[in-house]
Amino acid sequence: MADRFAAGDRVRTRTVDPPGHTRLPRYARGVRGEVVSTAGHHPLADERARGLTSSPRAVYHVRFAASDLFGEGDHTVVVELWEDYLEPEGGR
Amino acid sequence: MSTTHDHPHDSAPVAARVRHVEALLEARGHLDPGEIDRRIDEFAAGGSPAHGAAIVARAWVDPNFRERLLADGNAAIAELGYSMGSALQDQKLTVMANGGDEHHVVVCTLCSCYPIALLGPSPGWYKSEAYRSRVVRDPRGVLREFGLELPGSTRITVWDASAESRYMVLPRRPAGTEEMGERELAGLVTRKGLIGTALV
Repeated sequence: MADRFAAGDRVRTRTVDPPGHTRLPRYARGVRGEVVSTAGHHPLADERARGLTSSPRAVYHVRFAASDLFGEGDHTVVVELWEDYLEPEGGR
Repeated sequence: MSTTHDHPHDSAPVAARVRHVEALLEARGHLDPGEIDRRIDEFAAGGSPAHGAAIVARAWVDPNFRERLLADGNAAIAELGYSMGSALQDQKLTVMANGGDEHHVVVCTLCSCYPIALLGPSPGWYKSEAYRSRVVRDPRGVLREFGLELPGSTRITVWDASAESRYMVLPRRPAGTEEMGERELAGLVTRKGLIGTALV
């Protein structure tokens, strides 16, 4: 399956707070960022943690402005995120 | 997904529960006495900050290697005989270069993911809740507490090891080291420098 995103794409992280394990850190939910690069393809940790079989899908380095994450700060934070956690910016 | 097994606070209820489970597994013959500690030692013995330091020193003396290291960390360290395979899987290595007005620092906010193969077991502060929660929000302030005062013009990037990659910082080569050989240069590199909480 083709990767949903590529370097330079503007994305927004999901806001869902799942009941189980996830690797989308709480501070990075519902925030706009930019895909820096693809970081390989891996089974989704959320599914593996529940003992489900999970097919590899793209994982990305996504860069966020601190001001978007925390409302302050002049640094950036790069978080590694599965494509399941991301939507195109402006998309639903 | 923590890949370390330290017990910094043995009084913690979790530590007590772990010891209890371990004792039961031993009593029922699933584990030999001391097997877990032995396995952990074997796992940790593969990694040492000396590996990271040797990689940095090579990158300082060989610009072509530096380029390859930043482009594909796994392939470049394999040239020196290192791999990221001492963990459960061969992890992707991303190396970020400090220099100019860029500074990188590594954290795992969700647990304590760390490039053990290149840096050895992680320091206690790396696993502390204070470091993990604060460095993403206020890296300048946290680095100041480490004694690292960065100019206001320095752009800081915090890398959160939230998935499968592991990260290592390539510090800037200190001034005045032009005459040094690779081995001597490697001796300058500290674990904190490889995490980004020190300059070198």
